[in-house]
Amino acid sequence: MDGGQALMRSLEHEGVEVVFGLPGGAILPAYDPLLDSPLRHILVRHEQGAGHMAEGYAHATGKPGVAMVTSGPGATNIVTPLCNAFMDSVPIVVITGQVPYPAIGTDAFQECDITGISAAITKHNFLVVDAGDIPQTIHDAFHIATTGRPGPVLVDIPKDIIDSKNPRSQMTWEDPQPHILPGYSPTIKGDPELVSQAVELIGKSRQPVIYSGGGILKSRAAEELLTFAELTQIPVVTTLMNRGGFPDDHPLCLGMPGMHGNYTAVTAMQEADLLIALGSRFDDRVTGKVSGFAPGAKIIHVDIDPAEIGKVRQADVGIQGDCRHVIAAFTQALKEEGEEPRRRDAWLNTVKRWQEKYPLVYDTSPDGPLKPQFVVEKLRDNTPDDTIVCAGVGQHQMWASQYWKFNYPYTWVNSGGLGTMGFAVPAAIGAKVGRPDRMVWAIDGDGCFQMTAQELVTATTERIPIKIAILNNAYLGMVRQWQEMFYEERYSEVYLSPDLPNYSQWAESMGCVAMRIDTPEEVEPAIIKANEVDDLPVVLDFRVDAQEKVFPMVPAGASNDEIVVSPLQQ
Amino acid sequence: MTTSPVLDTPPHHTLVVLVENKAGVLARVAGLFARRGFNIVSLAVAPTEDDRFSRLTIVVDADSAPLYQVVQQLDKLINVVEIRELHPSHSVERELLVATVRAGPELRGQVMDLVRIFEARVLNVGSDAMMVSLSGSPSRISDFARLLQDYGIMELQRTGKVALASLDQISQQEPDAE
Repeated sequence: MDGGQALMRSLEHEGVEVVFGLPGGAILPAYDPLLDSPLRHILVRHEQGAGHMAEGYAHATGKPGVAMVTSGPGATNIVTPLCNAFMDSVPIVVITGQVPYPAIGTDAFQECDITGISAAITKHNFLVVDAGDIPQTIHDAFHIATTGRPGPVLVDIPKDIIDSKNPRSQMTWEDPQPHILPGYSPTIKGDPELVSQAVELIGKSRQPVIYSGGGILKSRAAEELLTFAELTQIPVVTTLMNRGGFPDDHPLCLGMPGMHGNYTAVTAMQEADLLIALGSRFDDRVTGKVSGFAPGAKIIHVDIDPAEIGKVRQADVGIQGDCRHVIAAFTQALKEEGEEPRRRDAWLNTVKRWQEKYPLVYDTSPDGPLKPQFVVEKLRDNTPDDTIVCAGVGQHQMWASQYWKFNYPYTWVNSGGLGTMGFAVPAAIGAKVGRPDRMVWAIDGDGCFQMTAQELVTATTERIPIKIAILNNAYLGMVRQWQEMFYEERYSEVYLSPDLPNYSQWAESMGCVAMRIDTPEEVEPAIIKANEVDDLPVVLDFRVDAQEKVFPMVPAGASNDEIVVSPLQQ
Repeated sequence: MTTSPVLDTPPHHTLVVLVENKAGVLARVAGLFARRGFNIVSLAVAPTEDDRFSRLTIVVDADSAPLYQVVQQLDKLINVVEIRELHPSHSVERELLVATVRAGPELRGQVMDLVRIFEARVLNVGSDAMMVSLSGSPSRISDFARLLQDYGIMELQRTGKVALASLDQISQQEPDAE
C-alpha cells in the first residue's frame, strides 16, 4: 500500500463521506486513489470555498467537515476558513499537500510553511514525515478536532510520501492505535463540589438569566438546556452562535443579546443578579464595555475550555466541563433538593414589560421602499420550520438573526467570531450536502455575495440546490451604517452599485435560477417560486432600502446601558 | 538606579513546562506567548531524562497577564503535557552567566577577588579584559553582574534560569497526584 491509498483509507476509517477540495501539484497523488474510493469529492472553484463548505457541513450535521487542497496558494487560500473555524469552534480537518519532504525549506515551487502559518489559528496541526504515520495522524486529527472544545486541525502531507512512484510512499497499513496524546485529555464532567456551589447561587438568585452560547450546540445540549430552564423558570438569551439552541417561540426565550441584540435580552443581562453562562465566552460583541456589563450579576461560567473561564469576567463559580453533562448535573442536583418548577413572576413580568415596550420594529409604511427585514420575515413565513439558514457578515446577518424564528438546533449557520464576509454561499452548500433532506437558504448581502459567489458553479455542477436571498442595498451596509452614525455621514468606499454586477445574469451564467425583486408585493411569489425549484440553485436579488439600519445598537466601546433603540421607539 | 533586564528580574512567575519532544513545539509555545501578549523574561529548553519529552523553564512577566490565563492557554497546546508553577521558596533555581569584563593588568586582581568571593571561574584572560563565568541562583548571578558592572562589562550573556521543584515540594505533592 502507498501513502495516498492509506490517506483515502484513513478518511474512510474515520467515517468521512464527503471531501470538499481542489487538486494541485503537491496533493495530486492523493487524487488518484480518490478515484477508487467511495468518498464523495466536491470540486470547488476556490479553496476558501472548500473550507467554508466543510464548516457548513459540520455546523449542520455535527460531524467533522473535511477539505483537501494543494500546497502553497491552495493552503494559504484556506487560511481564512481555518481561522473562522478556530474562532467559532467548528470541527474541520483540512488536508494540505506539501512539497516533497527533502524539498522542504528550499523555497520549492508552491512551497509554503502552512503548519507555521496556521499554528495560531488551528487547534492543532501536523506535518506528516513518514507514510507509515498517515493512519495514526489522521485518526488523531479527527479526535482532536471533534473532542473537547472542537476546532480545526490541519494535516500537511509531503508529496513524496503519498506518491505511489516514490519508494518513500510505500508502507504497510496498520489500524491506528488508541490516541497517544499525553498532553490532551479534555475534562467532560463538572466538579460536583462546584456544581453544588452553582446550584446554591441559583437558589439564592432573584433575577437570573441564562446566557447560552455556541457551546450548547457543540455539546448537543439543547434538550438539557430546555429541561433546566423550564425547571428553574430562568429566562434564556441565545447568542449569535446559539440561535436555535433554545427555541425562539418558548416563553422563556429572550433571543439574541449583544451589539444588535434586542432590548430585552440586553437589558435583562444588565439587570440580572446572576448570569449562568453556558458555553459562552463573554465576547466583546455581547458584553459591550466589560466594566459596564451586567454590573450587579454574580457569574456561573460553564465551559469545556478552562481558559475561557475568567478570561474576560471573573466567575464566582467557574466549572470546566461539557455543557451537556454539567447542565444535566445542575438539573439533577436541583431535583434532589426537591426543586419544583418554580415561579419567578416578578422577574418574568419585568422582562415581559420590556418585551412589550421594545419589540423589534422597522418602518412598515405601505408606500416605502422594500425593507430587508420584511424580506427576512417573508422568507421565515414561507419556508419549512426546520429550514437551515446561512448568513454572511453584516447587516443582513443581524436582520436574519433578529427576524428569523429559530426553533430547532442546527438550523443557523453563520460566521460569528471572525466575521468572515462571503461565508454564506459556500457554508450553505456544505450544509445542504450534509442535510440534503432540509431546505437550505442563504441570506446574504451584496458585498458578501461578490466574495464567494463563484461557488454557485460548484452547486450547479454538483446538483446542490441551495437558495440565496441577496439583500441588495448596493452598499457595504454595516460599514455604511457606522459611517452614518459615527463618522458624520462621511461615506468612504462603501458604495457598490445595485446593478454592477447584474446579479440575475451572473447567477444564470452559473446555472442558477435567478429572479430580481423590487417591490414588497413581489416578495412572497418569488420565494414560493424559489421553493419549488429542487434541482438547481436559486438566487433572488432583493432590491432593498439602502438607508435601513440595524437596531437596536450598542455603539462600539459603550456600555450595554447605552443601547440605542430604533428611531421609531425613541 | 535604572532597571536593566539583565540585572534585575521584574515581578515574575516561573513555569516549568513538560512538552513533547517534537519538531516545532518551541515555536508553538513562543507563538502563543506572542499572540496572547504574554511577555517572556527568560526561556530555557532542553531534553529531559525521558527523550520523548523536553522541559522548558519559562519566566513570565507577572504584569503582562494573569498567571491562570497563561497556564490555561499553554495547556491548550496539544504538545504541552504538564505545567507547574514553581515558587522560589519551594524550588531550586540555577542560571549560568558568562561575561567579558574590561580589566587590564592593574584591575585584574580586583576582579579576581570578586571571582573568589562568588566562587566564579575565569575562562579566558586577555591583555585588557577577562572572561568569567558563574553558575548559581539568579539573584546571586544578578549580584555578581552588578559588581562586575563597575569595571565595565564588554559582553554579558545569561542563560535564563532552569528550575526544578525542591525535594520537600515533590514529596508533598505526590499524594495529590493520586
